[in-house]
Amino acid sequence: MNTIDHHWQRFTLKQKLSRYAVYLVLVIAFVQSIQSVEVIPEFLLDAPEQMADMFSRMWPIDFAYYPIAVHDAMIETLNIATLGTLITLIFAIPLALMNASNIVNSVWCHWISRFFLVSSRSVNSLVWALLFVSIFGPGVIAGVLAIAFRSIGFVGKLLGEAIEEVNMGSIEALKATGASWMSILLKGYWPQVLPAFFSIVLFRWDINVRESAVLGLVGAGGIGVVLDDSMNLFQWDRVAMSLLAIFIIVILAEIVVINIRKRLI
Amino acid sequence: MAGINSSQNRENPFKQNWFVTAIWLLVICYVVYSFNAMGLSWERFNEGLGHASNLLGRMVPPNFSRWSLLMSGLIESLEIAVISSICGIFISLFLGLFAARNMMPSWISTPVRTLIALCRTFHPVIIAILFVKSVGFGALAGILTLVVASVGFIAKLFAEAIEEISLKQVEAIRATGAGFTSIILFSVMPQVFSRFIGFSTYQLDSNLRNSTMVGIVGAGGLGGTLFSAFQRFDYDFVAAILIIIIALIMFGEFLSNIVRSIFR
Repeated sequence: MNTIDHHWQRFTLKQKLSRYAVYLVLVIAFVQSIQSVEVIPEFLLDAPEQMADMFSRMWPIDFAYYPIAVHDAMIETLNIATLGTLITLIFAIPLALMNASNIVNSVWCHWISRFFLVSSRSVNSLVWALLFVSIFGPGVIAGVLAIAFRSIGFVGKLLGEAIEEVNMGSIEALKATGASWMSILLKGYWPQVLPAFFSIVLFRWDINVRESAVLGLVGAGGIGVVLDDSMNLFQWDRVAMSLLAIFIIVILAEIVVINIRKRLI
Repeated sequence: MAGINSSQNRENPFKQNWFVTAIWLLVICYVVYSFNAMGLSWERFNEGLGHASNLLGRMVPPNFSRWSLLMSGLIESLEIAVISSICGIFISLFLGLFAARNMMPSWISTPVRTLIALCRTFHPVIIAILFVKSVGFGALAGILTLVVASVGFIAKLFAEAIEEISLKQVEAIRATGAGFTSIILFSVMPQVFSRFIGFSTYQLDSNLRNSTMVGIVGAGGLGGTLFSAFQRFDYDFVAAILIIIIALIMFGEFLSNIVRSIFR
């Protein structure tokens, strides 16, 4: 064996081949999609002009519209996001407990909870909103439930993972004292998952503020309704006002979440 | 035995935390307030439950008879997801590099970071509305929307990953006299590439989900079909579309798990 001349290679042949296969598949999929997708090139050439037209219609922003309709709608949006996040917890905590293998030791329970968590995440919040609008009629209640059902998958999955990571020492100590099932949950698991719990809920609340701003487009209440109305009437200065309000609320929500997180953790 | 008196040392080891109690009280007050403020009532909810059973009854069995319409929407959604993911990944590879504060001077990284933050602020649906206005109805608006969404997500996380790398390897490569491109290719990329693939596959998943939604505002894909089915009260067709969407997303998760294991 001539070790000096041995050429070092980072990856084995199999690794290389499988990586190139992924690249090849991606390129083929890309070329195939570009060729068959229905895009009208004239529209793309026209885009800068149309964009400029839209922004010129948006300016000046109609600030007088804020106290008339935007303010109340904004408060409603925040309420939808917050109440939706709170309602999520009712469903997400039991599912998270069922999904954590150190609490419930049954394959059937895991599959059931995983089924609910995955289907909640797969359906987009706008699609949930469409479903609930057709059940409860247009309005806030559909928005709250859409936000709640969409968040179950997210909160349940992350909370379940946090529960699985707890230190079992204190749980065993509690079990040795003969503590009941409920006290083990409350005094053993809960203090350990508390920081993770709050950061997950705050993170989801931040996402929900963004999402609840668009639910109104399908009639589920909030600022989206105002946005949709002014867009259908081509009042682009009012659209700009709504967009500005959404922008400010989203940034404020992010700042609030970052600050609370710093305090808590 | 006289000195031991067990009753005196009894203290609750789990002290009442008044701060936490106050927070829970506030939450309860908030729930009561918001129910009043938004006019939510139990009768409305109860009435809705009757509609729900009616709706679910009409959804079963799912109606797959308009198979060709479903497939054309599905294929368009897939095309939107593929094109926008690949373009978005390619753009954010560069933008992420330019946004990393340990690679670039601040007069480059600050504007790029602002651009990325701007891409992230708005929900894809709002961006889709703006693009539908500027490039018209159809798949192109969907593609542009999801490119913006992908850049906002991948470029941000990629920049953060680059900022966390170990600079020792960069120094070692620099000591060999390598140029800027070689430093990036041989010292930075090997450290962050697997994480980049992780972000990209996650975004591919999420583009797949979102490509079935942007159609609701007219940006092409299965969402348009879904929205019109809802408006025509074809709930059995809605159920078929939803089943197809969930199957598509599960398939996408399966594929991205494979890709992730290859690049680990």
